[in-house]
Amino acid sequence: MTRYVLSRLGQSLLLLVGVSIIGFGLMHLAPGGPFAIYTLNPTVTAQDIERVKHQFGLDQPVYVQYAKWAFGLATGQWGYSFFGGRPVSSIVLERLPATFELMGSSLALALIIGVAIGVIAAVRRNSWIDYTTTTAAMIALSLPTFWFGLLAIYLFAQTLGWLPAGGIASTGGGGLMDRLQHLLLPMLVLAFVIVAQWSRYTRSAMLDILDQDFMRTARAKGLRPARVLVGYGLRAALVPLVTLAGLQLPLLVGGALVTETVFSWPGMGLLFVNALGTRDYPVLMAILMVGALVVVLGNLLADILAALIDPRIKLGHV
Amino acid sequence: MSDVLLAEIATVAPSGRAHVLRRFLRHRLALLGVIVIAFLGFVAASAPWLAPYDPDEIAIAQRYSPPLSEGRLLGADDLGRDVETRLMYAGRISLSVGISAMLVTLVVGFAVGAFAAYLGGWIDTLLMRLTDVMLCFPSVFLLLFVAAFVTPSLSTIALMIGLTCWMEIARIVHAQILALKSADFIAAARMAGAPAWRIVLRQILPNTLAPILVAATLNTANAILLESYISFLGYGIQPPQASWGNMLTNAQSDFQVDPWLAVFPGLAITLAVASFNFIGDGLRDALDPRVRD
Amino acid sequence: MTALLDVRNLSVAFGGTLAVDGVSFGLAEKETLGLVGESGCGKSTTALALMGLLHGARVEGVARFGAQDLLGLDERRMRRARGAKIAMIFQDPGTALHPLIRVGEQVADVMRAHLGISAAEARGRALDLFRKVGIAAPEQRLRAYPHELSGGMCQRVMIAAAIACSPRLLLADEPTTALDVTVQAQILELIREVSGAAGMAVILITHDLGVVAGMADRVAVMYAGRIVETAATDRLFASPAHPYSQGLLGSVPKLDAGWEEELATIPGSVQGASHEGGCRFAPRCPLAGDICRRDPPLEEIADGHFVACWKAA
Repeated sequence: MTRYVLSRLGQSLLLLVGVSIIGFGLMHLAPGGPFAIYTLNPTVTAQDIERVKHQFGLDQPVYVQYAKWAFGLATGQWGYSFFGGRPVSSIVLERLPATFELMGSSLALALIIGVAIGVIAAVRRNSWIDYTTTTAAMIALSLPTFWFGLLAIYLFAQTLGWLPAGGIASTGGGGLMDRLQHLLLPMLVLAFVIVAQWSRYTRSAMLDILDQDFMRTARAKGLRPARVLVGYGLRAALVPLVTLAGLQLPLLVGGALVTETVFSWPGMGLLFVNALGTRDYPVLMAILMVGALVVVLGNLLADILAALIDPRIKLGHV
Repeated sequence: MSDVLLAEIATVAPSGRAHVLRRFLRHRLALLGVIVIAFLGFVAASAPWLAPYDPDEIAIAQRYSPPLSEGRLLGADDLGRDVETRLMYAGRISLSVGISAMLVTLVVGFAVGAFAAYLGGWIDTLLMRLTDVMLCFPSVFLLLFVAAFVTPSLSTIALMIGLTCWMEIARIVHAQILALKSADFIAAARMAGAPAWRIVLRQILPNTLAPILVAATLNTANAILLESYISFLGYGIQPPQASWGNMLTNAQSDFQVDPWLAVFPGLAITLAVASFNFIGDGLRDALDPRVRD
Repeated sequence: MTALLDVRNLSVAFGGTLAVDGVSFGLAEKETLGLVGESGCGKSTTALALMGLLHGARVEGVARFGAQDLLGLDERRMRRARGAKIAMIFQDPGTALHPLIRVGEQVADVMRAHLGISAAEARGRALDLFRKVGIAAPEQRLRAYPHELSGGMCQRVMIAAAIACSPRLLLADEPTTALDVTVQAQILELIREVSGAAGMAVILITHDLGVVAGMADRVAVMYAGRIVETAATDRLFASPAHPYSQGLLGSVPKLDAGWEEELATIPGSVQGASHEGGCRFAPRCPLAGDICRRDPPLEEIADGHFVACWKAA
């Protein structure tokens, strides 16, 4: 098992290197050039730019530039924001908890509901329950999340006034109840699409499993239906589902961005969109890298979890 | 001898276009999807002739008129422009961006996947690693980042979306070609003396087509969603040109005055995306060699 | 001997196709019945019908098991019977066991479901069962996963799970077909041993006459969804009355046959499910005549020897 974890860790590191290379390449595409990011001095004058160019810039070979940049990335020296001059790492990291709060709660809720719906649809294959949930799921994941969010705000916040229209808490800070009220709508909106996707994935995975021999054996042993379905069926489905969760992460992070924008949720996504407006490249690049990091780590976690559930994986059998 | 053998081998290989069509037609939702897309496409294509007004025609006096008032089916927007007209013209844009982006993903994805699988060795590793790395970036982030410093136009947006979404197709093509390279009926064709190009054309292409087709339809759906989002944020199609996404840019404030303005573009997006999704689903079921029911 | 199982006119239909058509047989306590036939003749379907494991099939008939009719039981009662009173083992032990659950637990869970014992108690009994079925190093093997065991060992695990609650009847559906030849004999021997020790009746389903020869007290031959002959094993092998049984026995390659002798086969193949009536074997039968257009009933031609053929002696 340790060997497997180490090998996956190694692969993840390689991925991160690749990610940083792509990031570096993207940076060169940005107008203002690469040395824009190297600005360590918050107050940038033309002289400073010349000096910086000289210090970090174009007179050095590309791979040295890359090495310096990548090193900075890895050690948390992400430069300074173009506007306000605060260190990018502080700006981004202080937004991280809010994004995780949103992503985490949505994912948890969505997985529970989505998997449950998928299992029911698979067990009652081709019944009206199956058809309605499958069709509803398809429509649900065709909804533009931002539009759905706007409608939700209009309905629940503006018209009915049940829930706040945005933000993470009322001004002046709020108690737990207040924060939950603010979390509810964005969480549900983000979870909505995830529920739709997961119900389909689970249904598909369960359909494959319900036909397997070991399910018949479980029934032949006279085990209780709940044990057969969950203990035997869902357990077998867990592995493809966990792996899928990892692959879904980019969409989850992207979805979080959309949801944060619409609900003015002070997370990384909203920061990204605001930084876009001001073309604050250091911030944009940092968030892009963090986003990719979350995806890589998430996939690593998912793979390790899968190997824990299915011991054949680390042997390379499956 | 070899031609006869090849013909026989071709029939043994999984195929059967008429059969697939029949199975697709049984999928009611997919059919509905085709009809809706055909309808949307028709309306979009004939907008210049069908639309009652000019999409940029401003009529301040009629700002925010609700649907079915002032002789307008769907009302007027914040500048008095006709919503129905703009919706049709926006359809032209959004649908074209969606389809063009899909084509970009097809070309890039197929090229990457095919080269990697066919050439093998370090090229294969390099290209597939590149694909893996690109998949680590959430597409929305990547897209917005690039959109920030590129002057947005229909073609650049389609290109950008395409360049952020080709990876799935690359993987599919790669897996398919690798599998086919060692498939029995390919080996048989080679033994019968068929030249490589003929194998690629007659045997490999038809069999890779199925999952690629499914991925292409789903990619179109995704592309439409992505375009609508970046246009909504203001980094996509620029006003006054209408896209379903940028018609929603002011939706939040519009809600106070005229909620209908925010409803129709979103509905249009949902309709188009859902239709492509249903079609993709129907294709997947129809082309799946393991029939379940 | 009292009849443990009495099956009358069991029919199984899938949609419009009749997979099993009016099958009747009896099974005494502690008896081993061999159910023989080629693939697709309905023998597995018969067993699955008795266990109530068929989906989307229309099952008719009566299967008296003790005081109950298996085919008439509601699902809850059937579930209580499965594993506890009547157990089944399947053909491919590799896929019949759950790949992600340790084998010890897969044996323990059937006991916990039916005997109401604790987890620890079940584990202890599972250990004993492992020893009984001849699994070496049972303590370690309890915690193994199926992919870590050989095919033969997996089948032993299946048998352990099947006998865990001391059922009265064991249905063995092609238990050795997926195993190596050397292992086949061991597993068959094991089945004979445990059934004898527990006084368990066995229905052994197979297409292999060799399997049946050493194991079964009686044999029922099935063809196209019907039983065409039933007899004590010795008698069937010595004097098969139905042309199909004769063909089957004749087609077994004999060790003492000469090099030049052709392998005997039964010409033709099993006809499709749609069938107009009359004897199903008629199209391939060397003795077929006009009378064979009528369905021959299963009749006793000698003590305990039943045949469904107009032309039987």
